[in-house]
Amino acid sequence: MKRIYLDNAATTPLDPQVLEEMLPLMREQFGNPSSIHGHGRVVRSAIEKARKKVAELLNTSPSEIFFTSGGTEADNTVLTNSVLAKGVTHIITSPLEHHAVLHTAESLEKRGLVKVSLVELDEKGFVNYAHLEELLRNNPNTLISLMHGNNEIANLLDLERVGHLAAEHGALFHSDTVQTMGHYRHDLQHLKTHFIVGAAHKFHGPKGVGFMYLQAGTRIPPFIHGGAQERNMRGGTENVYGIVGLAKALEIAYSEMDEHQRYIKGLKTRMIERLKEAIPDVRFNGDSENVEGSLYTVLNVSFPPSADSEMLLFNLDIEGVSASGGSACSSGSDVGSHVLTALKADPSRPSARFSFSKYNTAEEIDEVVAKLTTIVGAVV
Amino acid sequence: MEDLIYLDYNATTPLAPEVLEAMMPYLTNWYGNASSSHLFGQRIADAVKKARGQVADLIDCDPNEIVFTSGATESINLAIKGVLQDRLDDKRHIVTVQTEHPAVLDVCRFLETRGYEVTYLPVQPDGLLEVEDFRRALRSDTALATVMLVNNETGVIQPIQKLAELAHEVGALFMTDATQAVGKMPVSVDDLDVDLMAFSAHKFYGPKGVGGLFIRSQSSRKIWLRPIIHGGGQEHELRSGTLNVAGIVGMGKACQLSGDQMEVDALSISKLRDTLETALLKIDQAFINGSKEHRLYNVTNITFPNLDAVMLVGLSKNIAISNGSACTSFVLKASHVLKAMGLKDDEAFGALRFSFGRNVHSSSVDYVICEMREIIERKKFVK
Repeated sequence: MKRIYLDNAATTPLDPQVLEEMLPLMREQFGNPSSIHGHGRVVRSAIEKARKKVAELLNTSPSEIFFTSGGTEADNTVLTNSVLAKGVTHIITSPLEHHAVLHTAESLEKRGLVKVSLVELDEKGFVNYAHLEELLRNNPNTLISLMHGNNEIANLLDLERVGHLAAEHGALFHSDTVQTMGHYRHDLQHLKTHFIVGAAHKFHGPKGVGFMYLQAGTRIPPFIHGGAQERNMRGGTENVYGIVGLAKALEIAYSEMDEHQRYIKGLKTRMIERLKEAIPDVRFNGDSENVEGSLYTVLNVSFPPSADSEMLLFNLDIEGVSASGGSACSSGSDVGSHVLTALKADPSRPSARFSFSKYNTAEEIDEVVAKLTTIVGAVV
Repeated sequence: MEDLIYLDYNATTPLAPEVLEAMMPYLTNWYGNASSSHLFGQRIADAVKKARGQVADLIDCDPNEIVFTSGATESINLAIKGVLQDRLDDKRHIVTVQTEHPAVLDVCRFLETRGYEVTYLPVQPDGLLEVEDFRRALRSDTALATVMLVNNETGVIQPIQKLAELAHEVGALFMTDATQAVGKMPVSVDDLDVDLMAFSAHKFYGPKGVGGLFIRSQSSRKIWLRPIIHGGGQEHELRSGTLNVAGIVGMGKACQLSGDQMEVDALSISKLRDTLETALLKIDQAFINGSKEHRLYNVTNITFPNLDAVMLVGLSKNIAISNGSACTSFVLKASHVLKAMGLKDDEAFGALRFSFGRNVHSSSVDYVICEMREIIERKKFVK
C-alpha cells in the first residue's frame, strides 16, 4: 500500500534539488566557517551567499537575517529578548498561537517578567481588532505576537493591518510566519513587522534549521550565547548544509510559487467539494474552507458526530493516510488541539487536519475522500 | 580541496561516509516528523530512539538521560541557564575556569548581567586547574561548577572526577563541556560522576547542527533544570522544536563508529601527532603549550616566538591549521586560554594548534613539517 502523506504542515519532504545543493557540503567542503584557512573560507562564503539569497527573496538586507536551529528557537529568541532587552513589559498574543509562542509567553509571565494578554477572537478564530486596539491603548511597552497563518485552522492574519496598529501605538510586532514562509511572498519593505521567522522543513528544506528577521534598529541581544557566530547574535558552529539547504528551498519556493499556489489550491478545492458530496453535514474548522482567503496548504475538517478524532485518525492511518489531529509537536502526547478547544469546537464532532504540498496529487485526494467516507460511514 | 592538508580536527571533522549513508534515508523517503502520532511519524521516532541508544552506549548512560539539541553551544546554554535561572532556592553562584570555551564563558558573563555571581578560576602554567583553588572557590550558595573535560586549544585534560566529587560535597551540581572528548576518548558519565555533560556531533565525524546534553536522572542528587526553548514540548519538555532527525541519526551512527574505532584511531593519530611535535620542537625556541602528561592524543599547541600565527594561517594556502579556537579566530585578540596559562601576548600570538583526526596520512605530516620549517626558519611571517 502506497502511503498518502497529508501532514505537510507538520513537515514536508526535502526537495531533491535541495539535497543536491547540500551534499557537496556534507562530502567535500566540511570546514568550520569560523576558521580562517581555506577550508573555513569556502564554507563561510556558502553561508553568506545563503543569507544574501534569503534577504533578496524577502526584499531586505542580509544584515537583518540570522540563522537558528529552527522556528521554535527563533520565536523563543524574539519573545524572550524583547522582554529582557527591549523593555517589553506586555505581550499581546492569541490562544491560537503555536506553542513555541504561547508557552514562551506563559513562561515569561510565570517568571514575573511580563504581563500577557490574549486578544479576543470571533467564532471563526479571527482577531477582534477593537479589542486589540484597546489592549494597545491600555498597555505601553507592548510586543504583539500573532502568527501569519494558523497551522491548524488555516486562518490568515492581516499583517498590514496589525503592523499599522502596532506602529500607531509604538508597539513591537512579531509574526510567527513559519506556516506561510515559502508559501506566500513576504515583502519586508512593505510589512510593518519588526520580527518574522521561518523553519526550512516547512517548505521542503531540511529539519534543524530556521531563521529570524530582526529589523535593523530593533536588534536584540543573543539568546544562545557563546562564540561570535551570526555576527554575535547566535553562538555555535553553524549548521552549514542546513543553512545552504534552507536558502535553496526558499529560492525554489519563490520561483515556483504561483504555480504551486494554483496547484495546491486546486487540491484543496477538490477535497472540499468531494467531501461535501460524499459526507453529509461535513464542516470545516476555522477559515480553512475559504480557499482563496486562508492558508491554502491546510484544511481542517469537522466530521459528523461519531467516534472521536483519535479513532478516525487511527483508522485513516491504518489505511495508509498520514494526517493529523493538530500540531505535530504535541500530537505524541495526544492532549487534543488547543486551537479547536479555544474555538469551542463541538467535541462530539471528530476533526482532522489535512495539509498539502506540491507533491500531492488529485488521485490521492480522491482516494483519501473515499477512505474517509468508508471510515465515517462505518463508525456512524 | 583535494590538495589541502587538514590538521584542524578540533574545529570540525569531515562527515564519515558511513554517517552520511545512515542519514540519507532521512533526507529522502523518511521525511516525517518524529512527533507525529501516525505510523509514519512513529517510524521516524523509532530512528531517533535508536540513535539515542547509540549515544547512550558511547557515554555510558540511560537513553532517557539524553536531550538532543542543535549542538554543544546550545547544550551548554541549556545546562547553565537551566540550572541557574528561576531556582526556588537562593543559590546564585557558579564556579568555572578562565580557559573554558567561549560558549561557557559567554553564558556566565550573561548571567552576571542578570545578577548571578561567577568565579573564574585561573590555571597553572600547564593549563591544569589547581584542585585546591577549586575546593576553596566552592561555597554553600554554589549552584553549579562547570569545567571542561578536554581543552579545545591545548588538549589538556582536567581531573573531572575529583572536581565533581568536591562540588558534590558542598551540594553543587557539576557540568562538563566534553565537546572535545566525546568520540575521541572513553567518556563514562558514571566514572566521571558528572550531572550534566555537553557534546557535539561534528567534532567526531557526525553532522553539524546537532548535539546533546546528558542530564543525570538516576541519582540521589536532585537535578534542577528548566528549559530555555519552549514550545511543542519535545525532549521531555526540556527542548522544544521539531527534531533534526537526519542530524540525530547521523550523531547516533557517529557515536557507534567512534566507539568501535576509538582505540585504533587513538593509536595511529597519536603517533602522527608525536612525529609532528617532535620535529617542530626542534625549531629554535619553540615550546609546547599545555601539560604533556594530561593531554589528549590528537592535538599539539606550539608557540614559535616571534611568529605571527594569524598571518601564517591566512597565507599558508594548502595547510589548514588554527591559531586558536575557530570561534575566535576572526578576532585579533590573543588566545584567552594561553593568556590564562601565563603566556605573554607575543607568545600567544605565535601559537599554532595542530589537531589530528582519522584521515590524516603520514605523508601529509612530513609535508607539513617541511613547510613549517621553511616558513618559520626563513622567518617569512615574522612580525
